[in-house]
Amino acid sequence: MAGFTPKISIRNLNVYYGQAHTLKNITVDIPDNAITAIIGPSGCGKSTLLKSVSRLLEISDDVRISGSVEVDGEDIYAARELTHIRKKMGLLSQRPTALPMSIRANVTFGMRLHKRIRKKRLAQRVEHYLKLASLWDEVKDRLDESASKLSIGQRQRLCLARGLAVQPEIILADEPTSALDPMSSQHIEQIFMNLKSEYAIIHVTHILRQARRLADYVIFMYYGEIIEHGPAEQVLDNPQHERTKEYVKGLIS
Amino acid sequence: MRTLWRRFKGWFFRQLMRVAMVSIMAVLLFIVITIVIRGVSSLSLDMITQTPKGGYYFGREGGILNAIAGSFYLAAGASLLAFVLSLPVAFYLNVYSRSKRNVRSVRSALDVMWGVPSIIFGAFGFLVMMALGMKVSLLAGIITVTLLITPIMVRAMDEVMRTVPRDLYEAGFSLGATRWEFSVRVLLRKVYPGIITAFLLGFGRAIGDAASVMFTAGFTDHIPNSLLEPAATLPLAIFYQLSSPIPEVRERAYAAAIVLTVIILIISLASRLLGGRLSKHSTTD
Repeated sequence: MAGFTPKISIRNLNVYYGQAHTLKNITVDIPDNAITAIIGPSGCGKSTLLKSVSRLLEISDDVRISGSVEVDGEDIYAARELTHIRKKMGLLSQRPTALPMSIRANVTFGMRLHKRIRKKRLAQRVEHYLKLASLWDEVKDRLDESASKLSIGQRQRLCLARGLAVQPEIILADEPTSALDPMSSQHIEQIFMNLKSEYAIIHVTHILRQARRLADYVIFMYYGEIIEHGPAEQVLDNPQHERTKEYVKGLIS
Repeated sequence: MRTLWRRFKGWFFRQLMRVAMVSIMAVLLFIVITIVIRGVSSLSLDMITQTPKGGYYFGREGGILNAIAGSFYLAAGASLLAFVLSLPVAFYLNVYSRSKRNVRSVRSALDVMWGVPSIIFGAFGFLVMMALGMKVSLLAGIITVTLLITPIMVRAMDEVMRTVPRDLYEAGFSLGATRWEFSVRVLLRKVYPGIITAFLLGFGRAIGDAASVMFTAGFTDHIPNSLLEPAATLPLAIFYQLSSPIPEVRERAYAAAIVLTVIILIISLASRLLGGRLSKHSTTD
């Protein structure tokens, strides 16, 4: 794992929300074709770090950001046009949010923004991505129903299908299973395992056991700082830092 | 002792609420009954199908079609114009602006404008009209009423957009939507029933306001044929007929009030119905 070519390189990243210094001097590389878990207690900046990668922080006001985030060598904070950066990434959030339209339109929304696609081709794609997110069998007969009718677990998989449909290279997942029932959570985890050979997956979680099951690479954060990062076995089984040891043992959470 | 006191407080406030509720309903009922009793004898088919004969101040014949038509032209024109202005402002406040301070000051400016009495808008509209060398006309009325209802529409749209969770913004943007694409294709769909309600709220205000149109749209016995002619409106039809010395004409004012009340009732019912019917994509949790 050591000496990999990074998909994403973060250098001296600082994020302030008003007065609060949420991310402190973050420098880390994130590997391609692997699941990177960001772990740490609640409110330590895990989600902020995740969102900084797709420049979604700037939706909110009063955010100041310094440092750089390079994706495939391109500094995304120097970019003027954001859609091509965001197109590289699919986002799963804690509360899966369906777009206010049909199931089919949810899947096609992103890809149709980026180019015109013929109807027949569109139908194939819908099927393909819904299968990839293992939702197809459950919704194939009601593609034109409103997506808001889906259960929360189905909706999370729809969000995944929708994100994959814009052909991203990176999947950003912000505690995607925290609101889900165990079956749906298992579904999502299984899909991640299937997908990781082709994507860089960054998975924020506060469930240590989930990180153990999924992660190839682990970043441990505490109060806005990265305490330790490295291959999963190393950070989870043989942590070097006192804080990490405490966290991994379950002394702090 | 303590429990007794607490129970008494609970009982007392429940009664208080009951009294408040009943009095509000009673006032509404009282208004409706008054205008119906006074106006129903003059209410006839002629009233809503004919223009007045013998002048709006003294005439006992004919109807108030001039005012019904004028009010509809005016309210429709002003609502459409206000809608075109309001939607972009609501988008700016919720999607585009990144400065909290700007948003806050725009919102409070709009709230102040909402509170400005309509006679002030009327006076302002009148001055603008004079400065532009325009005459009292439907167009001048439309412009003035647009100014009056734009803040109402913007804030009504803004309030529904504010209820949309940030997650939806992230979902849209993370798929590569621009702010414009997000506004039109996602946000608008999400808040669509609320937008219609906002429109009808503005329309209702426009059709019911007297002071803003008094100096700007004027009054006439005819149905206007162009934007540059003066136009009658229902509130002013009530006002002028009510100040007539002839009792029958005063009764006609109450008939006009019934017509106006029914129109407004229909609008508010429509906005409720449409609001409920169209929200098929709203999530349940």
